[in-house]
Amino acid sequence: MVAVTSHSDSHDTAMLPVVRLDDVSVRFGKQEVLRNISLEVPQGETLAIIGESGCGKTVLLKTIIGLIRPTAGHVWFDRYELAKMRKPLLMRIRRRFGFVFQQAALFDSMTIGQNVAFPLRQHRRHSDAEVARIVRERLAEVGLPESILSKKPAELSGGMRKRVGLARALVLDPEIVLYDEPTTGLDPIMADVINELILRSRHQHAVTSIIVTHDMRTARKVADRVVMLYPLSRLREDEPQILFDGPPSELDRSTDRRVVQFVRGEAGERLMEMRRASTGQVE
Amino acid sequence: MSSVVSGERPPSPGMRAALEDWIILWGGAVIDHVVAVGEFAFFCQRTAMWLFTRRPRPGTLLGPMHQVGVRSLPVVALTGTFIGMVLAVQSFFQFSKIGLENRLGAVINMSLVRELGPVLAATMLAGRVGGAIAAELGTMRVTEQLDALEAMGADPVHYLVVPRFLACLFLIPALTVMADFMGVVGGYFYCVFILGIDKHFYLHHSAQFVSGFDLGVGVFKSLFFGSVIALISCYRGFHCDPGAEGVGRAATASFVLSFVTILILDLMLGIVLDVVYSILWPSGAKLF
Repeated sequence: MVAVTSHSDSHDTAMLPVVRLDDVSVRFGKQEVLRNISLEVPQGETLAIIGESGCGKTVLLKTIIGLIRPTAGHVWFDRYELAKMRKPLLMRIRRRFGFVFQQAALFDSMTIGQNVAFPLRQHRRHSDAEVARIVRERLAEVGLPESILSKKPAELSGGMRKRVGLARALVLDPEIVLYDEPTTGLDPIMADVINELILRSRHQHAVTSIIVTHDMRTARKVADRVVMLYPLSRLREDEPQILFDGPPSELDRSTDRRVVQFVRGEAGERLMEMRRASTGQVE
Repeated sequence: MSSVVSGERPPSPGMRAALEDWIILWGGAVIDHVVAVGEFAFFCQRTAMWLFTRRPRPGTLLGPMHQVGVRSLPVVALTGTFIGMVLAVQSFFQFSKIGLENRLGAVINMSLVRELGPVLAATMLAGRVGGAIAAELGTMRVTEQLDALEAMGADPVHYLVVPRFLACLFLIPALTVMADFMGVVGGYFYCVFILGIDKHFYLHHSAQFVSGFDLGVGVFKSLFFGSVIALISCYRGFHCDPGAEGVGRAATASFVLSFVTILILDLMLGIVLDVVYSILWPSGAKLF
């Protein structure tokens, strides 16, 4: 695999917002997960959304593609508001998305070949030979051999499954790819392979990418811009949920203690909180 | 204070709080159930909408049909055979006391095709097929495969529910016919070869009293049983709680709910079909 290490030279395309969130809030029952999130993602940009577990990163990603409806606010993709669209049109719009799931979400009952071919069979009218050719090409792009075509997802390692998930997400040449924790649970080498693949897919297919991650290596290596979310349970009512919005190079210069703590991976006051909670339980 | 003057004690703050908690608890439970019924109604409506607007892909039908039909065949055949034989054992003792054992064919086969065949086959299938569907779709929910389908522009109801619904709708009645047939064979075998009832009388009374309408009643009921098994198990799978425990609960709940619904439906359809029978054949056939 040829490493793609630079991404600063990319994109002559006009930086139009492909995705726009206006004051989006999401609540499940009594639990508020996202509050007044406003965000614009220009065309061709690679945005990393970082933050600790439970801060609503994945919920935000699923809200962008319309899998979760916002409780308040509006999510726009291109000129469409997904939450207000009728199902057939929404399904047509979703062909323009690719989604890489945290655990790959490959269909257990299908072979790898059938998994990657699924979007093609669903939306395109290619011949069987053409589908087979595209599937082989896509698997080769993510460095997987033809021999896995007839295997079931359970027979593959975590890294291979993630790469198949990436191949499946890119098979329709989407305009925007959403990645949910693409490197979580992988060894450092495989995590870097996935990072390189994300960069390469961006160069080859000129897609807009939104990557949810808590892996700072991924955020620094792949993203043009980083947005950091914070869990609402740790914020006051009047505090914004987005703590940081800027290029990755600015992360280290942030004066916000919470951003610095996350970027450096320091436990800080959390240890004290845990100790206090455990003594409180004992008492 | 007037209440003190009139001898009534004002409710203590503790009691009021307990009452409020009780109302909140039960009110919440009622609202949850009403919401669940509403969600199930919407789920059925979505299934009906896809059923009548777009045909399922041929590849998506074969798997559920094989799972529901072919793989259930042995267990349904076995169930049917034993129902027929058990009916023979139980009725022979009573009927022989009044010297009517020759008419056992009518009793066994009538009970079998109208009631026990369809209900017991459906119960067996609610466990085997319904549990499997709920567990499969529940696992797909937990592992985000349902989200993946939606994200790729495929509707999970069209892709997963409609084929399973059609498989249950058409194959559960077919399996019921199979259970009926095996029950008839089992009952005949036990009565004629073990209990020594005359073959001629057994067949004669069976043919005289069991009509096509009776067979139709059983098959007609099984259409409803098949539909509720599919809808309930798919719904429970789609609304599965996270984790292995959630999947297990979805499978169990799908069986229990399907079973209760089958019993309620059986009673209601029995009443309706009896009325239909008495309208079509006012004099009716008499057993004795």
